Amino acid sequence: MRAIITVIGHDAVGILAKVSTRCSEFNANVIEVTQSVLQDMFAMIMLVDISKLNKPFAELSDSLAELGNSMGLSVHTMHEDVFNSMHHV
Amino acid sequence: MLNAYDILETIRMIQNECLDIRTITMGISLLDCVDENIDKACDKVYEKITRCAGKLVEVAEGISKEFGIPIINKRISVTPVAIISAACKCSPTKFALAMDRAAKAVGVDLIGGYSALVQKGFSAGDLELIQSIPEALSLTDKVCSSVNVGSTKTGINLDACKLMGKIVKECAEKTVDNACFGAAKLVVFCNAVDDNPFMAGAFHGVGEPDVMINVGVSGPGVVRAALAKYPDANITEVADIIKKTSFKITRMGQLVGVTASKRLGVPFGIVDLSLAPTPAVGDSVAHILEEIGLERCGTHGTTAALALLNDAVKKGGVMACSSIGGLSGAFIPVSEDAGMIDAAKSGCLTIEKLEAMTAVCSVGLDMIVVPGDTTAETIAAIIADEAAIGMVNTKTTAVRIIPAVGKKVGEELDWGGLFGCGPVMPLKSESPARFIDRGGQIPAPMHSLKN
Repeated sequence: MRAIITVIGHDAVGILAKVSTRCSEFNANVIEVTQSVLQDMFAMIMLVDISKLNKPFAELSDSLAELGNSMGLSVHTMHEDVFNSMHHV
Repeated sequence: MLNAYDILETIRMIQNECLDIRTITMGISLLDCVDENIDKACDKVYEKITRCAGKLVEVAEGISKEFGIPIINKRISVTPVAIISAACKCSPTKFALAMDRAAKAVGVDLIGGYSALVQKGFSAGDLELIQSIPEALSLTDKVCSSVNVGSTKTGINLDACKLMGKIVKECAEKTVDNACFGAAKLVVFCNAVDDNPFMAGAFHGVGEPDVMINVGVSGPGVVRAALAKYPDANITEVADIIKKTSFKITRMGQLVGVTASKRLGVPFGIVDLSLAPTPAVGDSVAHILEEIGLERCGTHGTTAALALLNDAVKKGGVMACSSIGGLSGAFIPVSEDAGMIDAAKSGCLTIEKLEAMTAVCSVGLDMIVVPGDTTAETIAAIIADEAAIGMVNTKTTAVRIIPAVGKKVGEELDWGGLFGCGPVMPLKSESPARFIDRGGQIPAPMHSLKN
């Protein structure tokens, strides 16, 4: 099982570090990261393995959203199936 | 493999364009709850609903969190109560109270199925149920009611239309302290469907499995936003854009439905491919029609644009899910759609135009507020008109109008939430009473010599 975390907002020091630290606290393994910075807007998409989480997925999702709020970023954590079913026949 | 564009598109649809799952509706058969003793029957109804749907809300909320997609309503539909209550030979209001208690116990938003099917005549229990509707809806918070008065195969029961004109008025009068809300929980159908997940008309047909899950999707905002990117596309391209968007929206419904069915251990029924608006900004079907190129919804061209929208939504959605059903089409409830409210207030959208629109879309004259002094015969005639459109065109049509007791054209009724607010719309003042008073059955239409 994999999930996709998207982080969008103004660029700042340590975004990647903080998000991946939070993932590690939940035992979510980061598989792939793509990120781009357009002018000062930061957009990161992270693919993480959630099959060995040490807490429920909903808590990871809430925790990351809260982290995003504290940094003024919009963070969404969604199950990979959502994207697969919407964009693949 | 997923690409960044697709991922961001999905996030944008949910965050900015109001993409959501409108409802997960659990259909529950009550056929095994029949009992001559009404109190025993009601106990069985309460027990079955709470047993089957006990985990519905919890599972739906879990899925919503996991997939990151809002699921707005959790609902239950049950077997038309007139079938269950017939054995009791008394007023079935107690069933409505038991349904209301059960709905509150499991935490769902609405429960539908306080219904009777009388398209060809009244059988045992039907009249008692219909006559109890105003009281049942005024005593309960969650219960929704529907009555089917016609079908393509049977014609239209004009006696039932006449009776329903009176009942709609009574529902409004009994709930006058609550902005006549009773009438907003009552739908009069022609060609009612057995697996509709949308309220107020949901009931669980007798041919359905014991328990099952149906899903209704939403997403007018997503369609409008997709069209806004192509202001110069020709109308064929517009249809294509709507199809592609509808496919994506429906895939969400399929995913949520299948997942819910697995977790609840209940068979998955259908996805209802409907564009269901809400009064929220950016969630309006009228605004899609305006994006297609109408200055205001209701003007000339509205019927054509709506026909295209309705058809393209179905074509896009059909391939996206294993089984479709319910009402499937674009909804045009006036009070629940910000664009429709504005169009009605400006006078551009009239009840005559709405009636024409219902011939090409799902479902009917929906959430329309009419003057409080409208006679029961006029309401009955509106029901008969709308049923005739459904009967002749082999489609579901419905009437959900709310007589605003004590109010006139220019005033409005406001319920807030998903039900929104509606301006009182003018009707004709000439009486159809002699036609309605004739009673009897309008015969079923021919299926050849079409013109």
